[in-house]
Amino acid sequence: MPVLFIFIPLLAVVVLNLPVKNFGKKMAFGVGVITTLVQIALSLAAGGATWQQADSAIKVRLVANLSVDFFSAVVLFTIGLVALVSLIVHRCSSGDDGFNLINLMLLIMMGMDGVCMVTDLFSLYVFMEVTAVASFILIALYKRKEGLEGAFKYFMLSAVATVMMLAAIAFIFMMTGDTGFEAVRLYLAGLKGVYPFQVILAFILFTAGLSVKSGLVPFHGWVPDAYSSAPNSVSVLLAGVVTKVAGVYILMRLFRDVFKDISMIGNTLVVLGLISIVIGALAAIGQNDFKRMLAYSSISQVGYIILGLGTGSPLGFAGALLHFFNHAIFKSLLFVNSTAVEMQTGTRDMRRLGGLASKMPFTGGTSVIGFLSTAGIPPLSGFWSKLLIIIAVWRVSVVSAFIALLASVLTLAYFLLLQRKVFFGKTVPEVENVGESNGGIIGAELLLSAVTLVMGLLFPFVLLFMQAKGVI
Amino acid sequence: MSLLPGMFIISAVLLVAAGVYCLLATRNLIRILIALEILTKSVTLLLIGAGYISGNMGTAQAFAITLIIIEVVVVAVAAGIVLGAFRHNDTLDTRKLNNLKG
Amino acid sequence: MNMTILTILLAFMVVSAALCVMVRNLLKAAIALALTSAILTVVMFMLDAPLAAVFELSVCAGLVTVVFVSAISMTKPHSREEIAAKVKERLKRFIYLPFILLALLVVMLVVLWPCMDFSQVMKAGGAGAKVQEVLWNNRQTDILGQIVIILTGVFGIVVLFKERETK
Repeated sequence: MPVLFIFIPLLAVVVLNLPVKNFGKKMAFGVGVITTLVQIALSLAAGGATWQQADSAIKVRLVANLSVDFFSAVVLFTIGLVALVSLIVHRCSSGDDGFNLINLMLLIMMGMDGVCMVTDLFSLYVFMEVTAVASFILIALYKRKEGLEGAFKYFMLSAVATVMMLAAIAFIFMMTGDTGFEAVRLYLAGLKGVYPFQVILAFILFTAGLSVKSGLVPFHGWVPDAYSSAPNSVSVLLAGVVTKVAGVYILMRLFRDVFKDISMIGNTLVVLGLISIVIGALAAIGQNDFKRMLAYSSISQVGYIILGLGTGSPLGFAGALLHFFNHAIFKSLLFVNSTAVEMQTGTRDMRRLGGLASKMPFTGGTSVIGFLSTAGIPPLSGFWSKLLIIIAVWRVSVVSAFIALLASVLTLAYFLLLQRKVFFGKTVPEVENVGESNGGIIGAELLLSAVTLVMGLLFPFVLLFMQAKGVI
Repeated sequence: MSLLPGMFIISAVLLVAAGVYCLLATRNLIRILIALEILTKSVTLLLIGAGYISGNMGTAQAFAITLIIIEVVVVAVAAGIVLGAFRHNDTLDTRKLNNLKG
Repeated sequence: MNMTILTILLAFMVVSAALCVMVRNLLKAAIALALTSAILTVVMFMLDAPLAAVFELSVCAGLVTVVFVSAISMTKPHSREEIAAKVKERLKRFIYLPFILLALLVVMLVVLWPCMDFSQVMKAGGAGAKVQEVLWNNRQTDILGQIVIILTGVFGIVVLFKERETK
């Protein structure tokens, strides 16, 4: 039954590519939207009563070793939502029919869904590569100069990370003869803290490879280039889910289920997270390009997620999961805003923009919500997830919590300054003639900011819900 | 038999060293692809070796076959990207790939 | 007997990879890469992995080399001066590789060999399963992943290799 998450987009790709004249080009957008809506619906239903019934009714012959738990369901929902927004952004911002883009987006959804659902280390590698290859093609889709360059840099670092992860899988395979999550967990638990050199090497290689894929400092070189040079709808997808699923989700899954309670990995993750938070926040300050600044801010936020994960406590993990979801929502929102700005003014250079809010009220208002949520201001969702993470870190090390808090304040100060300059403040003569963006983009912005607001205001219910599901 | 596992690891490490050296010291885009292919060979060797040491040749072969198929797709896509870059810049020099600043 | 042949083959593999890095001509580097794949194929045959060896030979030593050669021929530099200038400056950088590899080998043999302990490796009972059974019964998720990635590769090639209509 979880295999449906992969079969439905596969069916969609087959349908779109039937040799009927021009059928695919006309139906591409519709089929894409329907697939993402189906994914959202399925992930919401996962684990409920209807799910169990359908599971026993549909006996798929494929023994696929896939499983969906609460953690996967949250991520699957996020993937569906961000993919939907990305499709809408593409439709409204670019003139072409996007046939190739939509097919590739369905394929990358298949890859990410696969990553969320596998229970085996090697299958994890397979679907991770599917996601990576599809994202290279998506970044280079329009074959512009910057796109190809960003795609190549991403490819180089991603291939090195893949080799490191494969070497780690080989070492673990050498010791256990089986690469399933359960088997490896039992083996590691049975070692009782005395690790042979192969296993230590495997830990180091895994952490290094996944840090490259997540964009943690000091392996973050590809992130600003890839995010800023990709086409706009692809940037929304990349920043919102692809990097997080292909890197951060894998780290979270492995650290929670396979490498349980191994403190040396946890401490490394805390240190890496802290460094990423600080350097990401500092580097974002010097940027002139809107999308590059958002990319550095993403590095900083991913640092928060890894920080929460590294503490090893259920509270930290819950904070990390929440921040995963919140960051996907508000970072996508900010990228949609940057798309709107670029569409209407033709530039992403922030030095040339000013006073846009009077011309583009919706974009200005929703960007306020996005920036405040990134900086962690109540009552928006970002505040709650950061609070959980900082409390979890406080129990482990007070100094780290202080550093994380300071970085948050730094982010807040910078974003407020930015808001004032770009959206509010004096209207620069260049932007005299711009108007608001078209309906689809406004719709996407409003949808995402609504989700942010609702998550923030109804947070106590979210906590109760997670407690009921046994996460905390 | 007792020396064999160490031999695999040593040759795999030497191959990785060769690949990484090539990756760092080259200024030609296609040579970067060749370096990544050498890295992939080394990991294939390591996987097969790991399977031999632990006796699981069936699973190791399955891994190797999947790995080879995935790698050929990755190399094809990367060659496409390199071709696109060549058509823009008319050169394969990596020093020309520095348009994205900051 | 078995082990000495294997050692010699592995040494050949490392030497051919080093050659691949050091040769000046790109085409010769691609051929050296094919040679490395071929030696890896023989190693795999000796380790009782015939199916993987066949795949490696036909795909890596065959298909990938074709992809490389076609990419190299499509990206030839235009003028003689460019070619000559490139050849001159590269030899200096690449001359260090054999020394680095030898030094690494010595370091590993001396320092790490005593540390390598393979006594805790779990041996699979019996002869292990045949690869066909493993692939079709246990690893169906991987096969699904392979189908998806081949589709992705097809789209990628269609998108990336198409000539631009207007320059």
